[in-house]
Amino acid sequence: MDRKPANLDSTPTQTRPLSPNIQIYRPQLTSVLSIANRISGLVLSLGAVGLVVWLTAAAAGPQTYRVVQSAIGSWAGRVVLFGCTFAFFLHLCGGIRHLVWDTVHGFELRSIYISGWAVVGASVALTVGAWVASLFIAGWH
Amino acid sequence: MIIESSDQVPRVTLFKRFPVPRNFKVAPESRIETGRTWSAPAGAMRTKAFEIYRYDPDSGGNPRLDTFHVDLDDCGPMVLDALFWIKSKVDSTLTFRRSCREGVCGSCAMNMDGTNWLACTRFISEMAAPATIYPLANMRIIKDLVPDLTHVFAQYAAIEPWLRSKTPGPEKERLQSPEERSQLDGYYECILCFCCTSGCPSHWWNGDRFLGPAVLLQAWRWLTDSRDDATGERLDELEDPFRLYRCHTILNCTRTCPKGLNPGKAIAEIKKAIVEREI
Repeated sequence: MDRKPANLDSTPTQTRPLSPNIQIYRPQLTSVLSIANRISGLVLSLGAVGLVVWLTAAAAGPQTYRVVQSAIGSWAGRVVLFGCTFAFFLHLCGGIRHLVWDTVHGFELRSIYISGWAVVGASVALTVGAWVASLFIAGWH
Repeated sequence: MIIESSDQVPRVTLFKRFPVPRNFKVAPESRIETGRTWSAPAGAMRTKAFEIYRYDPDSGGNPRLDTFHVDLDDCGPMVLDALFWIKSKVDSTLTFRRSCREGVCGSCAMNMDGTNWLACTRFISEMAAPATIYPLANMRIIKDLVPDLTHVFAQYAAIEPWLRSKTPGPEKERLQSPEERSQLDGYYECILCFCCTSGCPSHWWNGDRFLGPAVLLQAWRWLTDSRDDATGERLDELEDPFRLYRCHTILNCTRTCPKGLNPGKAIAEIKKAIVEREI
């Protein structure tokens, strides 16, 4: 019977397929918080640009400042600002978690999950707290 | 929920997979096509569907996803038993590595329901319906569930995983105190199944230069061995933006290790050792 020999050579003639990775791997608290830390860092860099725009407008005079201020005060502006606040606290708490890891502490799986959920809970609480506090002090204009 | 040990299967999962397109970053030859469905065995009372990644290098076709219906009353309790059942009763061309069938050899490492584990120590009852079985993630595939481990073993060889001593060999063994020996606990047990390396996103994107968790755990196993004299050289070889520092402490490795080891901690120990020798 004429049959091709099985391809057992480790240097194949055709490109071997790569098994799927991100397409099939289950999202877990470990990987989800890692990517969230990166995305929040990205959001904060963009937010820093927004901060510079706001400060430049303040320096440029009351006319320009009023335009930027009303953009921030709009519903869309407040949603973005809320997102930036959450990104700030998520990145801060995640950063502290990484700082502790750098001292080789908290690596037991149980600790990894407890600190992970603590980061989620703390950043939500801090974001809501910061907004409630600022609304209490400054009011909703 | 809090995961206490790596063998715990999550009770609830918000997302089964990341929200990326099925063919996200997938080269044409790696695209997975719809395969065939093998009908359930006649007269079987309890069956379970298994979706299994297939690739036949001799056919020249793309990988595909076949569906099998396993007769649970005719089959052992573990996923490896289901694979044996399929191979002997349905499709004898189904190809996978296995040897010890008790979690010691590391041959049957594969991706089951989205995470890497050993098929011999995963219960069928813990699998979703339908159960999905892929080879270890992000590996070049030789056939079906058999990945080409040439690259990861080359990375393993790169850290020179053997005793490097500058003193002449003693007449008998090199002695260690029980305390010195205990430094190896949690590291020497690694069976090189590469579940961790295959589950590491950093290794997915930079696996050509990043050594990956399995190899770095082995690197620490030799760094912390009191009989080894090459600590300085070993750290020099590891201190590199890619080889070591592509680890961003994601910790998928520690989550997935079928032996309950802690590659993430081993890597943190290496990073700390590099800092400590500077000060």
